[in-house]
Amino acid sequence: MKIFLLFLLFIFPVNAIRLTSIIRLSNLIDHTCKQTPYYELCVSTLKSNPKSADADICGLAKIIVTSLDSKASDALDQINDLLQDELTLDPATEQALGVCAERYNVILNGDIPQTMAALDTGNYKFAQKGTNDAAVEVSACEKEFTGKSKSPLYELNKEVRRISIVAAAIVKVIINS
Amino acid sequence: MADTNPFLPVTSSGYTHLPDESHQTNAPVIRRRRPFKEHLIVVIGLLALGLFVAFIGYKASSNGHVHDNENGSFQALSREPQTNPLVSRGPTTGVSEKANRVRGPKSSQHASRGPAAGVSEKSNLVGNNLRSYPWDISMLSWQRTSFHFQPEKNWMNDPNGPMFYKGWYHFFYQYNPKGAVWGNIVWGHAVSKDLINWMHLPLAIVSDKWYDINGVWTGSATILPDGQVIMLYTGCTNESVQVQNLAYPADASDPLLINWVKYSNNPVLVPPPGINDKDFRDPTTAWLTAEGKWRIIIGSKMGREGIALVYDTNDFKTYEIEGILHAVPGTGMWECVDLFPVSTEESNGLATLANGPGVKHVIKASLDDDRNDYYAIGTYYDKNHTWVPNNPSIDIGIGIRYDYGIFYAAKTFYDQDKERRILWGWIGESDSEAADVKKGWASLQSIPRTILMDRKTGTNLIQWPVEEVESLRVNNTDFDRVEMKAGETIPLDVGLATQLDIIAEFEIDKEALDKAVESNETFSCEGSGGAAERGALGPFGVLVLADETLAEQTPVYFYIVKAKDGFFKTFFCTDKSRSSEATDVNKQIYGSFVPVLEGENLSMRILVDHSIIESFAQGGRSCITARTYPTKAIHEAARVFLFNNATNASVTASLKIWQMDSADFQIYPNDATRQLSVFTSILILAAYLSCIEKFIW
Repeated sequence: MKIFLLFLLFIFPVNAIRLTSIIRLSNLIDHTCKQTPYYELCVSTLKSNPKSADADICGLAKIIVTSLDSKASDALDQINDLLQDELTLDPATEQALGVCAERYNVILNGDIPQTMAALDTGNYKFAQKGTNDAAVEVSACEKEFTGKSKSPLYELNKEVRRISIVAAAIVKVIINS
Repeated sequence: MADTNPFLPVTSSGYTHLPDESHQTNAPVIRRRRPFKEHLIVVIGLLALGLFVAFIGYKASSNGHVHDNENGSFQALSREPQTNPLVSRGPTTGVSEKANRVRGPKSSQHASRGPAAGVSEKSNLVGNNLRSYPWDISMLSWQRTSFHFQPEKNWMNDPNGPMFYKGWYHFFYQYNPKGAVWGNIVWGHAVSKDLINWMHLPLAIVSDKWYDINGVWTGSATILPDGQVIMLYTGCTNESVQVQNLAYPADASDPLLINWVKYSNNPVLVPPPGINDKDFRDPTTAWLTAEGKWRIIIGSKMGREGIALVYDTNDFKTYEIEGILHAVPGTGMWECVDLFPVSTEESNGLATLANGPGVKHVIKASLDDDRNDYYAIGTYYDKNHTWVPNNPSIDIGIGIRYDYGIFYAAKTFYDQDKERRILWGWIGESDSEAADVKKGWASLQSIPRTILMDRKTGTNLIQWPVEEVESLRVNNTDFDRVEMKAGETIPLDVGLATQLDIIAEFEIDKEALDKAVESNETFSCEGSGGAAERGALGPFGVLVLADETLAEQTPVYFYIVKAKDGFFKTFFCTDKSRSSEATDVNKQIYGSFVPVLEGENLSMRILVDHSIIESFAQGGRSCITARTYPTKAIHEAARVFLFNNATNASVTASLKIWQMDSADFQIYPNDATRQLSVFTSILILAAYLSCIEKFIW
């Protein structure tokens, strides 16, 4: 069977090339995501964006960063909603939420633009810095809530952190390629 | 108040003649004049306004980098337009509108801190020390250095185009005028007479052409034999292609070289076939080949192989690609390549065109892969534009680093005035970007270092802070032959310990060396447990930026291992693992093996300048630059200690410690001139207005 296929490949080289490049493209997502610590998250995020169909690895990185941006936005919205609810907030939580707002502001207005500009211009180490820093900011936010059973931002922080780690991992693949 | 202008009486005729020019009367014309007092009041008012404006102007230009802020929250900081370092984005960057709203005005109220001293008691009750440390103004403002080069605010990275010209050391640098993160890169500029005290000048090159609109990136200066200055730099085009551009001073007779002109036919070089658009940057200083052409190299990569491309030119406008100077597999993209000669016989620096017997050539590359600067010493063959390393096993990118800490994009230049080669290195931050944004700045440059071949080992370069830094030394304290038993820590009383120059020599007791057991131990600073991990023959050294309780400390130390063949291997490390109680800062341990020759004592030099610690072992044979962000060991609470954490050896140490004065950083035009000019112009305006007034009336 294998030999038959090989035979076909020899006879139809053009088709073979097209076939392998189609395989290569859809494999790019798989191959790239395998080099991140959160394969499922990586694949689902990429596949849910139609641009991933014909993106190169730099394009894939940008898709992840776009997703990071929207998740971080959601987190900041959530923080603001929680802060509106002054009456039920204790001072410690209020303060922690304030710090988290600061951190998320930096992710949205510092890390992400820096990362996008770096990916666009090919100065990838600054994309690495931006994505790594996003994870640091999220961790710092989460740590504001130690002592509580679960921080009100736990799930969101986890998502944002994971997607920024995926982004950083993909940038590392770009640098090393 | 009585009406001083009574209504004109109504005459019986019911009609009053209006004053008429044709009515020539003999009555004297009485013109109403404003009293002198009113003039004076107006003039004084304008003068007061002028003083006020001048005062405001002075305050705005002074080095108040972290703006004093009653509540300490950086929400308030980001609301002030001129200090808002956050880049605003739009829908074009693919970001939803929603995210563009400035967030959390409410949270700034709630996050209000108490008095400037720090966080109120109340909030401390909640967390334990796992809590992310809230950076307050006192901690952040302390981080700013006093004698290292940095702009007044915002982000800086690579050193660019350093040179000595018409009596001034010129320094350019990658700069973001809009914020404390990388982006919008242009060239900053500063000048100095001594590499230590600086005058900040206006931006030299900005991104105003299609060929550098996405970034005015790194480049180098070449001074031609006739004194002309050529600047070559990488521009990132509107389509994100990396190209090389030519610029030169607008006025060569201006020693400050304030204004620059871009060549009308830029770019002069575009990525050649086979080289990716995004792998072509950082042109070097040029040197003359034997054929009389100017030669530069540009780093790049092919696949995973880092390479240096060679270009020749007669006029810096048109070039011929000659080929590849050298390549090393597996090293990835070579950024900021540098090639320079070193003398194997003399102890002075060499001009870039030097060649011949007694001269070797160093190639250095900044590896994008791991953000470290590597060098290798070898032989340059001018005719066939190649270079061969002395020792291929420690070739570029796989051998020796300039510095084992945070030190990148380094660049040398030849100081023809003092005949030395000088090295600049970019020292980034290792804290969170939120802290950088909060404090309003990011990055430093190392103290410039002279760089020479280490003639004793023949394998290393020696780097040493320029001697001009010693002019800042004050208040010397000597500690002579202090003996430390195994496990001892000794405080050293030097007074204020945030700006120091420490020179220390150590002798480990010979008996311990003889008795030590040989081991196969493969030690590395990074992989070790730091200064707390005790061995038979180390660690021992100095603790800097340590608080009294040693809750925070940064050890700089030696660690000796006795290898299987009876030879000793010495390692030199800086341990940041306990440098700060904050959890959002880097806490790696840096360092490397350092060659120690027969008969040499162990010696180290440490420059402490707030959040930067530059350490040098064996006269500069191995260097480590570290950034630290203590929360307690700051201001008057910072201390220095001597320590010996070896289990089996006593160590004798002798130290000379100086406090360091702060360097002078001026702004061009300098503060006094600016104040004076604002005040004078207001004065002139006031005088002018009061004169005008006089004539009107």
